[in-house]
Amino acid sequence: MTMTTDPEVAEAAEDRPPAPRPVPEHRKRRRTPMTWIRGGGLSNLAFVAPMLVVFAVFSWGPIVQAVVMSFQKTNLVSPPVFVGIDNFVRVLSDPNLGTAVLNTLYFALLALLFGFPLPLLLAVMMSEVGRGKGLYSALAYLPVVIPPVVAVLLWKVFYNASPDGVFNTILGWVGIPPQPWLQSSATVMPSLVLEATWAAAGGAIIIYLAALIAVPPELYDAAEVDGAGIWRKIWHVTLPQLRGVLFIMLILQVIATSQVFLEPFLFTGGGPNNATLTILLLIYRYAFQNSLGGAYGEATALSLMLAIFLALLSWAYFKLTERWSTN
Amino acid sequence: MTDELADRGVLSTADRRRGSVRASMTLVHGFLLVGLVVAGLGPLLWLAKAAVTPTQDTLSQPFALWPNGIDWANLETAWNDIHIDQYFLNTIWVAAGAWFFQLLIATTAGYALSVLRPKYAPILNALVLATLFIPAVVLLVPLYLTILDPPVIGTSLLNTYWAVWLPAAANAFNILLVKRFFDALPREVFEAAKTDGAGPFRVFWSIVLPMSKPILGVVSVFAVIAAWKDFLWPLLVLPDPAGQPLSVRLPAVQSQTELDVFLAALAISTLIPVVLFLLFQRLFLRGAGLGGAVKG
Repeated sequence: MTMTTDPEVAEAAEDRPPAPRPVPEHRKRRRTPMTWIRGGGLSNLAFVAPMLVVFAVFSWGPIVQAVVMSFQKTNLVSPPVFVGIDNFVRVLSDPNLGTAVLNTLYFALLALLFGFPLPLLLAVMMSEVGRGKGLYSALAYLPVVIPPVVAVLLWKVFYNASPDGVFNTILGWVGIPPQPWLQSSATVMPSLVLEATWAAAGGAIIIYLAALIAVPPELYDAAEVDGAGIWRKIWHVTLPQLRGVLFIMLILQVIATSQVFLEPFLFTGGGPNNATLTILLLIYRYAFQNSLGGAYGEATALSLMLAIFLALLSWAYFKLTERWSTN
Repeated sequence: MTDELADRGVLSTADRRRGSVRASMTLVHGFLLVGLVVAGLGPLLWLAKAAVTPTQDTLSQPFALWPNGIDWANLETAWNDIHIDQYFLNTIWVAAGAWFFQLLIATTAGYALSVLRPKYAPILNALVLATLFIPAVVLLVPLYLTILDPPVIGTSLLNTYWAVWLPAAANAFNILLVKRFFDALPREVFEAAKTDGAGPFRVFWSIVLPMSKPILGVVSVFAVIAAWKDFLWPLLVLPDPAGQPLSVRLPAVQSQTELDVFLAALAISTLIPVVLFLLFQRLFLRGAGLGGAVKG
């Protein structure tokens, strides 16, 4: 680590008796521990130290360890053994992996279909109503405030499959027969997505509302001069102006939904019949629900593969959207 | 931020005068009001009702308003017999510590990276930012093993709140937010304080922090909410039920608890975050919008 000081401070140090152990001269400036301290090195370190320790132990360290562990057999009892790519091979040949990947894709796709356009639509409507916007955004944000665990457990009650269940009662009012919700592998995933969309929409709405305020009003004026109606203004002004935030929200949503854990874990535990076994649930099972002791190597190998896939996906996505944005 | 009205939106004043537009705006109003009340407030109201309704009524007539009377005892049973009081305290303790350590790390690191700026600051900054790109799932297992066997200390942090607080403090997003805010503070004030003989600690405590209340509020909201919401991590590192927060305890007690009491427990657990939100609405919504601004 280089220890440089302000010129003034260094000059002042010239007049002092030499420090106990001068550091060998480097270039022309003399640097000694004393000049480093006088330049504020110690207090700098005092402010950096807490962050350095916490990040080294709880962030940078574990990230490096994840890479190392994916090539090791680790089980807390015997010392870790290097096993090459065994962990990756074992994960890739696990018959559950295909199910987990397909389920995760299905969840992400459904969440994209329901969860992506809905907040945008609501935000555009809310930004146009003028009065009442504050109330509407507070109402829309309420589900985000409910702790996710409470939300899932509450919806589990809503999804009661008996004809007297909360949702089935509502369906009954409009003449739709009771649905099995979480009980059948056909309806379980849409049920999970419905709750997840409800829980997350408020956050996206607030972000879109902020972006909508930033659209320059002159653009609408100009579009009207050119004779554009309401729909053309939305299509040619609003949406292009939101393009940046929409692109980001899309990839963030994909990254988030591909790591879905809470809903399948608490609603169904992966059932029925593995219909909601997601990648993260599989990682959790490897590491923490293994009767043979934690398969930590396999768990980190799978999480690394997921991370690398997401990194590549985001990179390709940004390359692609960059070209669209510049056109 | 969200309460301000833009000068105008898609609709012009001329548009708003047209009869068809006025009619559809009334429809939009009605749709938003009904839809958002049903979706946003509805589940909470139902939960509040069900919390004081006997199990049989909730099961057979979920939308009937107390056909057989109100059962206030549910709340008491949940609070005392399921020990919601204990888990409630645990949750507050988890959130308070996470809040404290996140603020401590974010402000000291932000100050060092933005104001003090030692030579190595760019490297640190890059290393911190890099962690934003690592999905949390990668850290899950190695972080768990770190908690079991942390360096230097030599004793497991399992079943201690340090295991929740310290990893929460390693939050790059907070540092990014705080550093950006500090970057925008006027340098002249720091220089003036320095000429008056204030050392770096004095500048930090008496000048930078008081000037940064808005961002400290946002980081505080993020920290408390995240701690209140967290489930998987406390589940892993706090296996002893006596120390677990609500989010971990609620799913665990579900199977041995009668539905009405369980719903009362859910209602109590929802109360504090909802009240906090209603009190600090502007701060919450600003925070949510800010999250978007940083993402965007």
